[in-house]
Formats: sequence, C-alpha cells, structure tokens
Amino acid sequence: MFRYANPAIFMRLSGALLPWVSLLAAIALVTGLFLGFRVPPDYQQGMTVTIMFVHVPAAIVAESAYALIAVASIFSLVWRHPLADTAARAAAPLGAMFTALGLITGSLWGRPMWGAYWVWDARLTSFLLLLFLYLGYIALWNAIEDETRAARAAAILALVGAVNLPVIKFSVDWWNTLHQGESILSGQIAPVFLWPLLIMALGYMLLFAALWMVRIRTEIVNRRARSLMQRGEAA
Amino acid sequence: MSNFFAMGGYGAFIWPAYGVSLLGLLAMIWQSWAAWRAAKKRLAALEEDKR
Repeated sequence: MFRYANPAIFMRLSGALLPWVSLLAAIALVTGLFLGFRVPPDYQQGMTVTIMFVHVPAAIVAESAYALIAVASIFSLVWRHPLADTAARAAAPLGAMFTALGLITGSLWGRPMWGAYWVWDARLTSFLLLLFLYLGYIALWNAIEDETRAARAAAILALVGAVNLPVIKFSVDWWNTLHQGESILSGQIAPVFLWPLLIMALGYMLLFAALWMVRIRTEIVNRRARSLMQRGEAA
Repeated sequence: MSNFFAMGGYGAFIWPAYGVSLLGLLAMIWQSWAAWRAAKKRLAALEEDKR
C-alpha cells in the first residue's frame, strides 16, 4: 500500500490509468443518460423520477469523497504520509461540487413532489452540513500558511466532520422526513429505474476518480516546482 | 418531440436539474485540466532555467 503512495510511482500508475478511467466514465455517463431518458413515468412521481439519475449519483459521490478524505486524514495523522495530505486536499473541491449538485437537483425534485424547494428536515439539513464541512475544510487549508500545520488541522477537522456521514445515511430512518428512504440496497426500486441509476452512479464515480487523479498529479508537479524554486533561491 | 421536452409536465424541473449537473461536471473537468496544464508549464519553465 505504501509502495503505491510514493509520488513517482503514483505518477506512473495514474498516468497509465487515467485515459482508461476517463473513457469508461464517458461511456457510462452516455449509456446512463440514454437509458435514463427512456424510462416510463413512475407511478407516483411521473417523469420527475429521471432527476434521480443525476441526484443520487451526485449524493453518493459527495459522501464517498468525504469518506475518502477522512481515511486519507487518518493516514496523514498517523503515518505522516505527504501523499495522503495531497490526496485529501485534492478531493475536497470535487466533493463540494458534487454536494452542491446533490442539493440543487434534490431541490428541483422536491418542488414538484413535496411542494417546496427546501425543508429543514434531517436528511436535507445534514447534507447541507456536508457542504459547509467541505467549505470549512478547504478554507482551513488555505488559511494556514505552514503546509504541515495546515495538513494536521485540516485532517482533524475532516475526522470530526466524519461523524456527519452516518447521520446523513440513517437520517431517513432516525427521523420523520419527507425524503424517501433507502431503496437501492433493499431492492425496492424497480429494475427499469435501477439500471440507469447504477450506470450513472458508476459514471459519476469514475469521473470523480479521473479528476481526483488529475488533481493529485497537479499537486505533485506543483510541489516539484516549489522545491526547484527553493533550491534556486538557496543557490 | 415536444412531448419529450415536456417530460409529462415536469420539464421545468427536470431540464434545469440536468443542465446544472452538466455545467457542474464540465466546470470541474475544465478547472482540473487547466490547473494541470498550468502546473506542467510552470515546472517545464523552471527546469529550462536550470539548464
């Protein structure tokens, strides 16, 4: 595991993987869109069910990205691995964007189905908190000049905020909410909706993976440039 | 065709949801790619100076 966390090896490995992951992401997204617009209207939600194909994948990636940041933060705090910091930091802006997309698409689904763009219930509120956690995490990184200290503070914030993840997940069970309950793992969703959803979710995850790799690679290159400049100043 | 765009009367919510999602994904792709290109260029210029 640590072997692959070496920046040089990561550059080689990610460089080889990137075209394939990007290609698969594009194929999955196009296939998912194609299937998604051919579904019949849901018996309760009509055609608004198609919003699910962009809403649920965004939400899944938003939460998974935060979980990845939390795991990377443990590696950063315990083993002080610099690539773990880079990986965690690189995922945050992506996670924030996917969270925003989940909120906006959810709100556009909520208006016709619930009669309101927004309600302060447990699922929506905990998901909004996820967006603020991302923004706070990014702001903390930018606020502290010394990179080692910034990494430690951000990692601690990420781990404290991780408490919110199970709250989001189980919010629909623990509290009364307008948001519908879990229907994928429990098999309550009809296959005609499940397939486009799974393919879109796969496309979103692969796209996240590709962009995450690009951003980690960018930071590795920037670090090289910074160390070259410091050496230049010292000489 | 107009039936397709009407989306059973919910087009006004469905199309913005897809539009915003597309814009958001494209913005991430563009920003990540631009930052990568800029970083590569900067490193190449620095390595050029060294020689």
